[in-house]
Amino acid sequence: MSIGAEVPRDRAKRLLTGRGRFVDDIQLPRMLHLAFVRSPYAHARIEAIDTAGAISMPGVIAVYTAKELEDAVSSWRPEHKLFPTMAAPEQHALAKETARWQGEAVAAVVAESRAQAEDAAEHVAVTWHELPAVTDAKAALATDAAVLHDDMTTNLAFSTEIVTGDVALAFRDAAHVVEEHFRFNRHSGVSLEPRGIIAEFEPGENRLTVHQSHQTPHQQQDLYARLLALPEHKVRVICPDVGGAFGLKHHLMADELVACVAARLLCRPVKYIADRLESFLSDIHCRDHEVHARMAFSAAGKILGIEVDDLFNAGAYGQYPRTSIAEGNQITRLTGAPYGHEHYRAGLRMAFLNKSILGHIRSVGHPIACAVAERLLDMGAADFGLDPIEVRRMNYLSDDDFPRTSAGGVEFESLSFNGCLDKALQMIDVPGFRETQTALGQQGIYRGIGIATFVELTAIGPEYYGEGGQHISAQETCLLRLEGSGTVRCYTGVTDQGQGIDTGIQQVVAGVMGLPLADVEVISGDSALCPVGGGSWGSRGAALGGEAALGAARTLRGNILNIAASLLQKEPNDLSIEQGVVIDAASGSRHMAVSEIGRIGHFQPYTIPDGVSADLTVVERYGSRDRMFLAGNGLQIAVVEVDVDSGIVTPLRHLVVHDCGRILNPLLVREQVRGGVVQGIGAALYEELRYDEDGHLMTGSFADYLVPMAGEMPDIEVAHLETPTKTSELGAKGAGEAGTAGAVGAVLNAVNDAIAPFKASIAETPITPPRLLRALGKI
Amino acid sequence: MADALGLLARHGDDAAIVAGGQSLLPILNFRLAAPELLIDIGRLDDLKQITEGDDYIEIGALLRHCDLADSPLIGRDLPLLHQAINHIAHPAVRHRGTIGGSLAMADPAAELGACCLALDGAFSLLSGREQRWVAASDFFKGVYETALQPDEILTAIRIPKPVRNSISVFEEIARRRGDFAMAGLALVAAPNSLRIALLGVADRPVLAGQTMALLSANPTAVDAAMEMIATEIEPPDDPAYPPAYRRHLVQVLLRRALSRLPQ
Ligand SMILES: Cc1cc2nc3c(=O)[nH]c(=O)nc-3n(C[C@H](O)[C@H](O)[C@H](O)COP(=O)(O)OP(=O)(O)OC[C@H]3O[C@@H](n4cnc5c(N)ncnc54)[C@H](O)[C@@H]3O)c2cc1C
Repeated sequence: MSIGAEVPRDRAKRLLTGRGRFVDDIQLPRMLHLAFVRSPYAHARIEAIDTAGAISMPGVIAVYTAKELEDAVSSWRPEHKLFPTMAAPEQHALAKETARWQGEAVAAVVAESRAQAEDAAEHVAVTWHELPAVTDAKAALATDAAVLHDDMTTNLAFSTEIVTGDVALAFRDAAHVVEEHFRFNRHSGVSLEPRGIIAEFEPGENRLTVHQSHQTPHQQQDLYARLLALPEHKVRVICPDVGGAFGLKHHLMADELVACVAARLLCRPVKYIADRLESFLSDIHCRDHEVHARMAFSAAGKILGIEVDDLFNAGAYGQYPRTSIAEGNQITRLTGAPYGHEHYRAGLRMAFLNKSILGHIRSVGHPIACAVAERLLDMGAADFGLDPIEVRRMNYLSDDDFPRTSAGGVEFESLSFNGCLDKALQMIDVPGFRETQTALGQQGIYRGIGIATFVELTAIGPEYYGEGGQHISAQETCLLRLEGSGTVRCYTGVTDQGQGIDTGIQQVVAGVMGLPLADVEVISGDSALCPVGGGSWGSRGAALGGEAALGAARTLRGNILNIAASLLQKEPNDLSIEQGVVIDAASGSRHMAVSEIGRIGHFQPYTIPDGVSADLTVVERYGSRDRMFLAGNGLQIAVVEVDVDSGIVTPLRHLVVHDCGRILNPLLVREQVRGGVVQGIGAALYEELRYDEDGHLMTGSFADYLVPMAGEMPDIEVAHLETPTKTSELGAKGAGEAGTAGAVGAVLNAVNDAIAPFKASIAETPITPPRLLRALGKI
Repeated sequence: MADALGLLARHGDDAAIVAGGQSLLPILNFRLAAPELLIDIGRLDDLKQITEGDDYIEIGALLRHCDLADSPLIGRDLPLLHQAINHIAHPAVRHRGTIGGSLAMADPAAELGACCLALDGAFSLLSGREQRWVAASDFFKGVYETALQPDEILTAIRIPKPVRNSISVFEEIARRRGDFAMAGLALVAAPNSLRIALLGVADRPVLAGQTMALLSANPTAVDAAMEMIATEIEPPDDPAYPPAYRRHLVQVLLRRALSRLPQ
């Protein structure tokens, strides 16, 4: 069985040998290039735009402002029917009248080359009237704050509260209460390949073909069709190799839409690739939350109740089409999710302000929910004199607590907190670490250990976007085609951005059908060829796409056996397939190769009696019902050393025990977890999009926006438990975001453990050296 | 060289010299500069020599960071440079970037500028008009500003050989390996002199003059030196690394450097 095997991915071999084909590698005849004039101000009225200087520059074909695009493309509002009171201000492809963040595109130049387009963009003269900028959520909600959107009276986009049990009572009865104010600063997912698009329009056939570095081709097909008023089947979105996405490539981006509009207006292919500065200025950002939270304990150390208040912002608009609510929503749903408390209150407020749009980046909201609860738990444990491990054991939901609806209102099928902890403690000698810690502390070397337990909500069901009104498929369909030679083409609606889901699906098909892996080819990322599907985000590929593939593989296998049985005068049930050969199920003796079935099925079908189910192209679908998420879980332990003189934190060790149900390919899952951990360590220690008080981005290059580099990363040890979900046959849950979900909490706790001898604590990420020295009272 | 100087003289500010391109190319990419003409001096082999005089070592401006790191002569006589080069970027950058480019760029956080100050070096500036020597302490004028005139090329760096038994110490603190440092310190201690240069804490590499004087007069006045070094610098107003943080760092660096000296 190839399911569960450690199979390296074919695509990786190609990418590593430099043979990738990313959007920017595609050159089309007569292709034009796009560059943007972006607002230098965080908030400014556009009084006039003079494009005359630009249009006469060499190579320039067209210059557009909002006015020229008015009739060519619709505007949009990010609405979500599950949150009907959420404000959904209108956004345009190019800013109209007002620019609301530094970097918002206000004019577009199309030229024969990118360099010419950029040269000309410098000659577009915009008359600005600077407006007061709102750059902090608290300030945005102040009564005297400048209001961003004309159809709103305040900057409050949404607020809500979840109440379970009686929190006031829990806190009154508590033997002990801990409280902390957290700040998780703004960062983003930083993909190696920036956003990019080529749009081409064929007027004769009224057809738009888009090559885009994206996670969700069918979602884009629907959006481009609607916004440009084209029939949907005349829009085709192809995602070639995608060099990382992390959530910043599953939205409608205004600048990318302009490429589509320009291609249509000019009837020539138009390419736009975001450069690094544009990426920092205009990609979807994430986090930027201020969280105030309290935890009430019984005298024995049991968690009685949790209160959490999250204040965050969506940037200047809501992200489209998904809206920006989920990050806050996940925090309110998930804080303290691994624990058995009955009393819970979570409030959230989301503001608009003058920064780039904030939304979904890998592990939406989870890192915060995890870090907040795990830090409070450690604070409580320290106050009680309890060990961090003991306090977790005491509070974990245990195996027989499931199924259960959490205090935050999420349904958990079956989670394995104790099992993960047991396994982790086999991997690291905690008492031994404590001894070393004490001994080194006496020499002025400060090490710390931090644990973080997390729940990961994966494989979102149709109850979220389907109900929300978004055209985003939560159902996956797989189409399999047996070729005349007996090999198989597999068309899936999930996409591959480097994570290797193509290989996982290939394993499912080959495994179920009994074919050698090499006989199956997976084709994805094409909205015209592939069945309508949701793409890859929210850790859904294996759980949904894998299950659909399993169904299709079973059907095709059945048809192959039907044909074989009719030819061999046997019962299909007495036959099986192994290594591409139809065999006798009982004796294992060989009957005929699957290639024979392919040949006969396609070229001599008259030899198969009527009435035998003999389709060699089959389609099966899978969609979950009655559950919004499929929950996985895990635990991370970080060991760090803190230089209390310089404030620099060095991660020394990081381990993850993770349960994502059935594993299709341990190699892929480990890579996902490791990559996720590195992004989480990035958020914990390095990555920050800093704006000054006027809303100007201070971190516009990799010299200022620090990503974690190999040299600073510890070895990341990964182990697994497998608690398959019973909601599907495959039993896979999502795995792509687990690393990110727990790493921030683990590192935050480890740093706090390291500086505990100084009676100091820190609750802001990234933990930069100056922040840490301030916490230590040294500066 | 004559061609290069001729072009520079004709085009002045509209031209830019390319050495290793490791600073200039990013600048062009960001469209922060748009020279009409690039003058590639990469094949001026005369600028790739290390020569040893009786009491000095002369380093050609086109020697790359890795060339200096590989040179036994530099290792023997100017170990400060060897220590410092390990902190410059990553091997790929060190195989292209040149000492002349680094000094001409005058990034306040560059390692080599501070080293040349600590070693009391001087720079040869050549134009079609003249050749002149400028002391390191007069060369750096501000952030990315130097004494170079638009028609001048930096051709060589001359560094006096340190006296026997002198000790060099280089220390810096950076967020990640290879990053420009938040602060750094180059120290050269000879039997009766001490020079300390700092990087990343002002608009240019600076000598910690008062601290040098204090410690030269009284090598055991460490506590007073700590006070002094933090107050004699004017760190930039950088919200990411505020002045108080950099003042603190120079104290950490000084303590680390002094602890590496034999008692
Ligand atoms: C990722 C990265 C990290 C880096 N990290 C560090 C670091 O940690 N520490 C550090 O010190 N540096 C660092 N650098 C910069 C690196 O050291 C460069 O090599 C150096 O700053 C410039 O040298 P160059 O030869 O590449 O000069 P170029 O980029 O070719 O030129 C730089 C400037 O100097 C002028 N110029 C060059 N040579 C001469 C000359 N002989 N006479 C007159 N003018 C001249 C050019 O016209 C240009 O204005 C880093 C660079 C990169 C890309």
